[in-house]
Amino acid sequence: MGRWLRPRSMQEALALLAADPALMPFAGGTDLYPTQAARFAWGQEFPDAMLDLGALPGLAAIEEASDHWRIGARVTWAALRDAALPPEFDALRAAAREVGGAQIQNRGTIAGNLCNASPAADGVPPLLALDAEVELASLRGLRRLCLPDFILGNRRTARAADELVTAVLVPKQGDARRSGFEKLGARRYLVISIVMAAATLRLEQGRIAAAAVAVGACSPVARRLPALEAALRGTRPGELVVTPTHLAGLAPIDDPRASAAYREEAALVVLQRLLARLGDAAGVQAA
Amino acid sequence: MILTVNGVETRCDSPPETRLSAVLRDTLGLTGTKIGCDAGDCGACTVLLDGAQVCACLVPAAQAEGCAVRTVEGLAEDPLGAALQRAFLHHGAAQCGICTPGMLMAAMELLARDPTPSRAAVQDAIGGVLCRCTGYLKIIDAICDAHRFRAPVAAPGDAVGARLPRLDGAAKVAGFDRYGADAAPADALWLRPVRSPHAHARFTLGDVTPLLAAHPGLLRVLTARDVPGANSFGIYPDIKDQPVFADGYVRYRGDCLLALLGTREAVEAVRFNALPIAWEMLPPLDVAAALAPGAPDLHGFRPGNVLTTGRLHCERAAPAEVHVAAGAFETGFVEHAYIEPEAGYAARIGDAIEVFACTQAPYMDREEVARVLGLPQESVRIIPSACGGGFGGKLDVSIQPMIAIAAWITGQPVRAIWTRTESMASSTKRHPARIAARAACDAEGRLVSLDFDGDFDTGAYASWGPTVAGRVPVHASGPYRVPRVRAVARAVYTNNPPSGAFRGFGVPQAAIAQEALYDALADQAGIDRLEFRALNALRAGDTTATGQVIAHSAGLSACLDALRPHWRTLRTEAAAFNAQGGAIRRGTGIACMWYGIGNTGMSNPSTMRISLDPDGRLTFWNGAVDIGQGSTTVLAQIAAEALGLPVAVFALVLGDTALTADAGKTSASRQTFVSGRAAQEAGAALRATILRLTNAGADARLALEGGQLFVDGAPVVLKEALEGIGQFDPPTVPLDADGQGIPYATYGFAAQIASLDVDTRLGTVALRRIVAAHDVGRAVNPTLVEGQIHGGIAQGIGLALMEEYIPGRTENLHDYLIPTAGDVPPIDCILIEDPEPLGPFGAKGIGEPALVPTAPAILSAIHDATGARLHRVPALPHRVLEALNRREMDR
Ligand SMILES: Cc1cc2nc3c(=O)[nH]c(=O)nc-3n(C[C@H](O)[C@H](O)[C@H](O)COP(=O)(O)OP(=O)(O)OC[C@H]3O[C@@H](n4cnc5c(N)ncnc54)[C@H](O)[C@@H]3O)c2cc1C
Ligand code: FES
Ligand code: FES
Repeated sequence: MGRWLRPRSMQEALALLAADPALMPFAGGTDLYPTQAARFAWGQEFPDAMLDLGALPGLAAIEEASDHWRIGARVTWAALRDAALPPEFDALRAAAREVGGAQIQNRGTIAGNLCNASPAADGVPPLLALDAEVELASLRGLRRLCLPDFILGNRRTARAADELVTAVLVPKQGDARRSGFEKLGARRYLVISIVMAAATLRLEQGRIAAAAVAVGACSPVARRLPALEAALRGTRPGELVVTPTHLAGLAPIDDPRASAAYREEAALVVLQRLLARLGDAAGVQAA
Repeated sequence: MILTVNGVETRCDSPPETRLSAVLRDTLGLTGTKIGCDAGDCGACTVLLDGAQVCACLVPAAQAEGCAVRTVEGLAEDPLGAALQRAFLHHGAAQCGICTPGMLMAAMELLARDPTPSRAAVQDAIGGVLCRCTGYLKIIDAICDAHRFRAPVAAPGDAVGARLPRLDGAAKVAGFDRYGADAAPADALWLRPVRSPHAHARFTLGDVTPLLAAHPGLLRVLTARDVPGANSFGIYPDIKDQPVFADGYVRYRGDCLLALLGTREAVEAVRFNALPIAWEMLPPLDVAAALAPGAPDLHGFRPGNVLTTGRLHCERAAPAEVHVAAGAFETGFVEHAYIEPEAGYAARIGDAIEVFACTQAPYMDREEVARVLGLPQESVRIIPSACGGGFGGKLDVSIQPMIAIAAWITGQPVRAIWTRTESMASSTKRHPARIAARAACDAEGRLVSLDFDGDFDTGAYASWGPTVAGRVPVHASGPYRVPRVRAVARAVYTNNPPSGAFRGFGVPQAAIAQEALYDALADQAGIDRLEFRALNALRAGDTTATGQVIAHSAGLSACLDALRPHWRTLRTEAAAFNAQGGAIRRGTGIACMWYGIGNTGMSNPSTMRISLDPDGRLTFWNGAVDIGQGSTTVLAQIAAEALGLPVAVFALVLGDTALTADAGKTSASRQTFVSGRAAQEAGAALRATILRLTNAGADARLALEGGQLFVDGAPVVLKEALEGIGQFDPPTVPLDADGQGIPYATYGFAAQIASLDVDTRLGTVALRRIVAAHDVGRAVNPTLVEGQIHGGIAQGIGLALMEEYIPGRTENLHDYLIPTAGDVPPIDCILIEDPEPLGPFGAKGIGEPALVPTAPAILSAIHDATGARLHRVPALPHRVLEALNRREMDR
């Protein structure tokens, strides 16, 4: 029989976790329960001591502060999808619309997506492109890590066993940006990405002044593409031809969903189209 | 804790980590919420939590506390919910019904905020609920239309040809139908199988006493030694090659080693590394390795690992070959993915045993259970549960032998519910095929020859392998006149999952090869692909490659005639679209099929009985299992029409081996044709008896009102019970060594068009429309026929574009992709009725024919759009792109 702890305050939660670092934080359960089911089927061990985050106050809100947006750890995909947020969040909201089906969106959380650290986590590219940070709390105090420092590898994060993720912080960058997200999968709903990409662009007089572009499912952790971002600067969206050299750092693999070679080629196409679409959107806006 | 379920505050003491689905079902007895995966992948468990749809299997009880939970059982209280249920019935949106509660609840979330939603909004709302039966279109129709059903609507008639709502539908939309996991005696023990994680190995099981001591509720470990009768089962009487419990040797990942028996908590707490098992690994064999000289024999009685070889050889006078096309084609394992995993219970009653479980073949289950228990068949009673989808996968026994053994030995009822992963790892699959074929036609495009050589991976055990090897050669040349045919299909034992029966028995795989080659021939001969097929189509009076003269009901030409205007329009549209240039190319494809109804050259009788008691109780004793396809409704319509009384006055007794006669299995698209004819005979026999008794004329009007029978308005006093028994066994002639004979009494014919867009940069395929013309002889219930066509097409889409079972890799519904509500395009169904004189009111079958032409039509359209020919399905984006790149290299 497993253990189930349901603290009512953050202090209590952190104390429980400090006392028993084997406790597994449990948010929406949309990753944890399926993992249990898969392991149960083959009679394998699975973690069954859970720290239920469901009764913790203050984790389910999206709040605007002077210099950043704060997305509480328990904010669901549905809440993000339906929130009124500035256009730089369009990519994240588009990703939210594409996660699983409506049931998963109603339950799955943004922090769970990051902590689960799947290479195909749809939340990661949009948040990378927003320069998001992860806020972690423990009895030892609060700390913030930028997303690339938080997700270390396939299913690996920098979270210490006594820490909880409390929020995702998105810095305001002072100027209007637009963003977009593209997901490629083998069916319409309930599909894990073969490739997905997010981009946030700041335009000045129709040209890209700053670009943040990230690709997922093509490396153990989704990555920003610095070479592409540099090359985009000064161009009009859609003008630059994305080439393999822009993808430096990606290391796609073969799996049942697609071959490595395909992922590489598809990433180019997805990026090219995403950037063009953002350019079209800019045109529409300007007209 | 306190839960508010359907407006009622309910106290329950489930542990906080219990999944809400389990709380509802096991603690509160609300079994309307279904469990298909326990992993968020199928949506069968969808309920509303404070108005929001959630997977109940992903919500811990602790997080539901204080929330309002609404389940299917509470749906009818809401007028809109009741309207939605009526719309589902009217539209035929529930087939097997296992997904229906989840669909209804997902739809309710949407309807509550938008009672007249768009189709796109409906797709988004139900995108997280999988349905394997319907192809979704009728579900979407019903949801869009729900607002029109706030008041009950007049039922359409019940005559043959009427769109009578399915008779078992009300229970399905209310969540009351009882599937395998929905009922069991309260004191039932739980059985949990332990399966091999290795594909090929020897093992020894050590002393289990310490394990039993460590787990107090664990009563027994059942192994091969505990089987009272024969430790083997299998479809063919002479090939019982699959053990209930492996005896020291496993042949596939999923083979059953042993079973844990005890309380639910105890069997679920066991971790398999605690079992004293020592393994000796052996190299697993695939088809190539199994056929290699010197390969070990997986079964001693089949040296060389070839289970069966089916052959057909026909040489008739033929014109000279002018155009020739050849190619190799490959398909993978396809999983049935019925949404209901295997479940049921067994109970020993004195010296007899009862098994309640989901099945497609109760009489075959009875034989298998009797055999493993060493009992006479009369001592075994099979009571089929409602069946949450089968598609061929529930023709073989699964849980039945082991729960029967456990109940027999212990004397206590025993139940089992398989997890999704266990279901997928252990159950049968569609045979992967490797086909090399060559076809030729003359200068005018008349087919001259077809050579077909196929290896079918039959996996670890025979299952239906011989049926596939037998059926494929007959169908390999397609529904065309081909004077010279040489076809060979081998079923090869490997260390893969057992391949068995799956909608089409190998014919869908063969059709992929044959239709691709005929497309190529049409192109070479410079003939339109549809016209090429029309030129060669089998017609009444033609002789098939088995030497059978098809006397009647060969409606392929009529199907093609009906498709022709659609074909032209879609081709014109595509040409206009492609003229604009761009990365998206539009294509139109076509494929035809024929399908022999019933067993191949073998007897497959059905018996139906209708009784009329002196008190006026009219009972239809129908042993056919309705697995969602609608036989309960169709057979009642046929029986009622033959008898001359309305369907509503019949009481139904369905598929219980103790009560009903053997109707044969629900497979081979045979129930409408074979059992339908038996039902017609039964109705006619009872009618004749009544007319004889009352000296009434042949067209007398019967009525049954308040237990009183009237003939031509005059009351009739019955002194004794009357009955009508109908039997039918389709006349066939077994195939000889050259595959000559009369394998089937009749054939379904069909042609389908696929219109689609290929993204030539990404290799993705977007379906635009399918137009399906099917000769069904007679559509006894057009709504149900369309439902079969939609569902078959959806499975064909899966076969063509996304489904591939890889042991150990895609053994859940997360990684094994089946089409969702967003993956099935609009479908136009055209029903051709070229009556079959042997069939009931002219009817043939539709279950399997619906699927066969879809994949080849899609591949034909991809080729039309891009010039790339796919030689391997599923046509995943990376494979399409590879084919496109290859095409570029070929130039
Ligand atoms: C059918 C289905 C479809 C899916 N589709 C997609 C998809 O399309 N794209 C996608 O990216 N994902 C998908 N997922 C995965 C999953 O839904 C998401 O990753 C989701 O965001 C996880 O959130 P959760 O709250 O449910 O996490 P949980 O399952 O509760 O937790 C996941 C992990 O995060 C940890 N964790 C959670 N919250 C915290 C916290 N605050 N602090 C520390 N650790 C924490 C847990 O300990 C656990 O290790 C799908 C899942 C299912 C079942
Ligand atoms: S049972 Fe819950 S989603 Fe399948
Ligand atoms: S009716 Fe949907 S799964 Fe059977």
